[in-house]
Amino acid sequence: MAFDYDKYLRPGKLPHIWCPGCGHGIVFKGLLRAIDACELEKNRTAIVSGIGCASRLPGYVDFNTLHTAHGRAAAFATGIKMAQPDMNVLVVGGDGDGVAIGGNHFIHACRRNIDMTYVILNNFIYGMTGGQFSPCTPTGDKASTTPYGNPDPTFDISKLAIGAGATFVARTTAYHATQIDKLIAEGIRHKGMAIIEVLDDCPTTYGRRNKFRSVVDMMKRFKELAVPVAKAATMSKEELEGKIVTGILHREERPEYCEQYAEVVKRAQNL
Amino acid sequence: MNTPRLEIIEQYCKGCSICVEFCPTNVLEMDGFLVKAIRPDACIGCMQCELRCPDFAIRVHKD
Ligand SMILES: Cc1ncc(C[n+]2csc(CCOP(=O)(O)OP(=O)(O)O)c2C)c(N)n1
Ligand code: SF4
Ligand code: SF4
Ligand code: SF4
Ligand SMILES: [Mg+2]
Repeated sequence: MAFDYDKYLRPGKLPHIWCPGCGHGIVFKGLLRAIDACELEKNRTAIVSGIGCASRLPGYVDFNTLHTAHGRAAAFATGIKMAQPDMNVLVVGGDGDGVAIGGNHFIHACRRNIDMTYVILNNFIYGMTGGQFSPCTPTGDKASTTPYGNPDPTFDISKLAIGAGATFVARTTAYHATQIDKLIAEGIRHKGMAIIEVLDDCPTTYGRRNKFRSVVDMMKRFKELAVPVAKAATMSKEELEGKIVTGILHREERPEYCEQYAEVVKRAQNL
Repeated sequence: MNTPRLEIIEQYCKGCSICVEFCPTNVLEMDGFLVKAIRPDACIGCMQCELRCPDFAIRVHKD
């Protein structure tokens, strides 16, 4: 049997708005396969996003969904989880939404180790608004706002998440379609903050400006640069320069925020 | 094993050609902005096309 995506889609919404070849659709399908593998119940699952092309994803799915303000998805998701700790809470969004305007919410959700799964679709650009550079645009690359090359160093989202305290951090790319669902499923099963960074392609506003002839070239580049985490452990820093380390990068157990908060409530009530 | 049946949903296909490029047995080809299965008998059911299609436009039925 082909995987039945239809059971998770709102009827009549396809084709989606994303451009031809946009990797967001590939990640979207991986997310649905992960949700299916984890047998999440529709009524007990909330999918939250901010603003951007990536953030349009919840509009297509038949779950509880919340399309919020730019950069604020993690804050709204925190509210849902605090009010209903039994709810499975997933956040989806772009690099701009998550670590530019929403960077503060992102790091503090990681720090709290609140039990949610955040899938961040990092296409290195503000796709929706026409290709302005984001904190993830590679140094030297072109964006509408850096026509002579981007002078800024880039954020490594996975490292940022680990540094901020997320207890599950994984990375893959839009090329590695089956790894997308495996890592998201692991993240969903993890108790605590799970960040899954998916390096993604925006052929329209990033690919064209940066001399990729087609979206296929962008996918092939992900294939070439990816190094599984176990192999990366055997390589030197120089050998890893410019490579994309994929797989589970970090996993630890640490008290979860809603449980800690429930303890506070108990203490307050005993007074 | 029977040859898998390919279903192409033309209204969803945006013609990105990802499926064409990553099919290991050259089953698919672009016909303008629409994908066509030109050698359906060569399909080995590997799912590469379905997994990477961003648009839910190609499905591989193996039953
Ligand atoms: C407060 C606010 N500032 C700016 C914008 C304009 N805006 C909309 S989407 C976006 C960037 C989205 O980039 P990203 O999150 O990377 O998503 P992508 O479109 O690349 O998937 C910006 C700056 C906005 N909607 N609201
Ligand atoms: S602009 Fe880029 S990110 Fe937005 S839908 Fe098009 S390809 Fe995708
Ligand atoms: S299932 Fe594999 S062999 Fe068959 S058309 Fe798709 S990519 Fe080609
Ligand atoms: S990958 Fe999907 S949208 Fe792209 S050409 Fe193939 S069927 Fe069409
Ligand atoms: Mg982006």
